[in-house]
Amino acid sequence: MSTQSGVDAAVGARHRADTRRLSTGRTGDRIFAGAARGSGILVLAIMAAIAVFLIWKAIPALQDNKANFITSQDWNPNATPPKFGIAQLAFGTVMSAGLSLVMATPVAIAIALFIAYYSPRKIASGLGYVVDLLAAVPSIVYGLWGLRVLAPHMDGISRFLNDVLGWIPFFGGDSPGKNSIFTASVVLAIMILPIISSISREVFLQVPRANVEAALALGATRWEMIRLAVLPYGQSGVIGASMLGLGRAMGETIAVAMVLTFVPGINIHLLEDGGSTFAANIAKSFGEASPTGRGALIASGLVLFVITLVVNMAARAVVARRKEFV
Amino acid sequence: MAKRIEVSGLHAYYGGTHAIEDISMTVEPRSVTAFIGPSGCGKSTFLRTLNRMHEVIPGARVEGKVMLDDDDLYAPSVDPVAVRRTVGMVFQRPNPFPTMSIYDNVAAGLKLNGVRRKSQLDDIVEDSLKGANLWEEVKDRLGKPGAGLSGGQQQRLCIARAIAVQPQVLLMDEPCSALDPISTLAIEDLIAKLKNQYTIVIVTHNMQQAARVSDRTAFFNIAGTGRPGKLIEIDDTSKIFTNPEQKATEDYITGRFG
Ligand SMILES: Nc1ncnc2c1ncn2[C@@H]1O[C@H](COP(=O)(O)OP(=O)(O)OP(=O)(O)O)[C@@H](O)[C@H]1O
Ligand SMILES: [Mg+2]
Repeated sequence: MSTQSGVDAAVGARHRADTRRLSTGRTGDRIFAGAARGSGILVLAIMAAIAVFLIWKAIPALQDNKANFITSQDWNPNATPPKFGIAQLAFGTVMSAGLSLVMATPVAIAIALFIAYYSPRKIASGLGYVVDLLAAVPSIVYGLWGLRVLAPHMDGISRFLNDVLGWIPFFGGDSPGKNSIFTASVVLAIMILPIISSISREVFLQVPRANVEAALALGATRWEMIRLAVLPYGQSGVIGASMLGLGRAMGETIAVAMVLTFVPGINIHLLEDGGSTFAANIAKSFGEASPTGRGALIASGLVLFVITLVVNMAARAVVARRKEFV
Repeated sequence: MAKRIEVSGLHAYYGGTHAIEDISMTVEPRSVTAFIGPSGCGKSTFLRTLNRMHEVIPGARVEGKVMLDDDDLYAPSVDPVAVRRTVGMVFQRPNPFPTMSIYDNVAAGLKLNGVRRKSQLDDIVEDSLKGANLWEEVKDRLGKPGAGLSGGQQQRLCIARAIAVQPQVLLMDEPCSALDPISTLAIEDLIAKLKNQYTIVIVTHNMQQAARVSDRTAFFNIAGTGRPGKLIEIDDTSKIFTNPEQKATEDYITGRFG
């Protein structure tokens, strides 16, 4: 073992010496390495600085807070004494983003599979282009569309869902409306659809030809081939894409702020008007906020950051658990 | 179980490229037929026309007739998926499903065929792995990923996967080209064993291998780059390697090719 690694080291050293002699751009290499390391450190430093700044701003507000920051459903940081908690915001954020993900992911996967494996090749590229284009639509447009076009139609849909699925608490309640968390999550689902779909499509297209042919040669139909070769291979990519979509949905500000009507307090009936999210709340109240109010909003933003981080880490864990098989 | 293959007047194309021209031959059941010939002469292309895998390449098409006993594989009513369930294939590079365990790799084709009962799956998986001479090496780690095996083991896993569905015919495209001599011998032994049950067609660049494993040998050649490949002759292996009819065959097997 030790002689082996000794040999390895010797070979490695000789190899290094060779490449060094052969390399014509030693200074170029060094400049590049320095630049790469420098920008890496810079990014970390900027992030640390932002975090420190935000925490610095948030602490005084948190100290003045007379309510429990985590469990309180009120958001009155401008009152005296200030009372605010993130419970309602966290609920609205997680619910709207989660629901939008549940709606968007299957559709996005279906679109990606259709483009990658079903549509005629001539149509496929055009279709992919259109889907990508959807990602470039500004969120204010989605917000306007959600408010003016979608919301008026949501009345009927909400009532229908309330009738059929009312036994599930989230779809229960007496007065299904159109400016609900549910409506917001439909808008969010459409907003995150393109990103999930286009990343999934890229992943599906990278499935090695050998895997596809292995499935086909076993006598798999196209759908069976997709189940045997494409989906297992693309799984971690799709999870990653969904997490990107979820991050976007949780951070989405203006579209959600436009669609939701604010009603204080957590309402688990998602079809009823009301609800708020971290990002929408910040957008709506930052302008008129007192210094304490700003601190409170910044603190809520930090919580959103932590939630996003946790979700991302959970997704990574899911992907890593399958690593052995990839 | 094994069936006879009869090919007549077969042409294959990649888009506008004419890859193989006018091939006719008979492959006897329960025998091993080897395809030899220079690179690019269309051996793989021809092999893939025998289980309708050629047409999965965009723009590729086939003309001519392939009969499997009394069934015309290219009849309009025939579903290529059904053909591929009857005619199994092993590829040049081992290609187990990377996300699946050893067990699931072997069971994949069975599940496609609707076998669901655990006990039945267990039995067939064990039999197939034994049939592929792999059982002893993997019986304690059936739940581990197939991609974690050595190249030779992976190839035998692919053979187990192919024979698990009990095909009529087994096509092998250079199954040993990525393997060491020991694994190659293991697979050659396996081929000798499998030919009692299956019709086997194997493409190989290794003359000794063709001489060792096959009963019949077909020599393909190509007149020049851009020209379609052709079948020069097919005969008993002993005849091809000692006293071929065609000068081109003799040149090729004695290494005086080109
Ligand atoms: N996917 C493809 N698209 C277009 N042309 C192809 C394709 N695959 C093979 N060909 C062409 O068809 C001809 C026959 O190729 P084939 O792979 O059948 O040869 P082969 O005899 O198997 O060669 P080798 O011994 O190197 O594997 C070659 O000219 C090759 O370039
Ligand atoms: Mg080939």
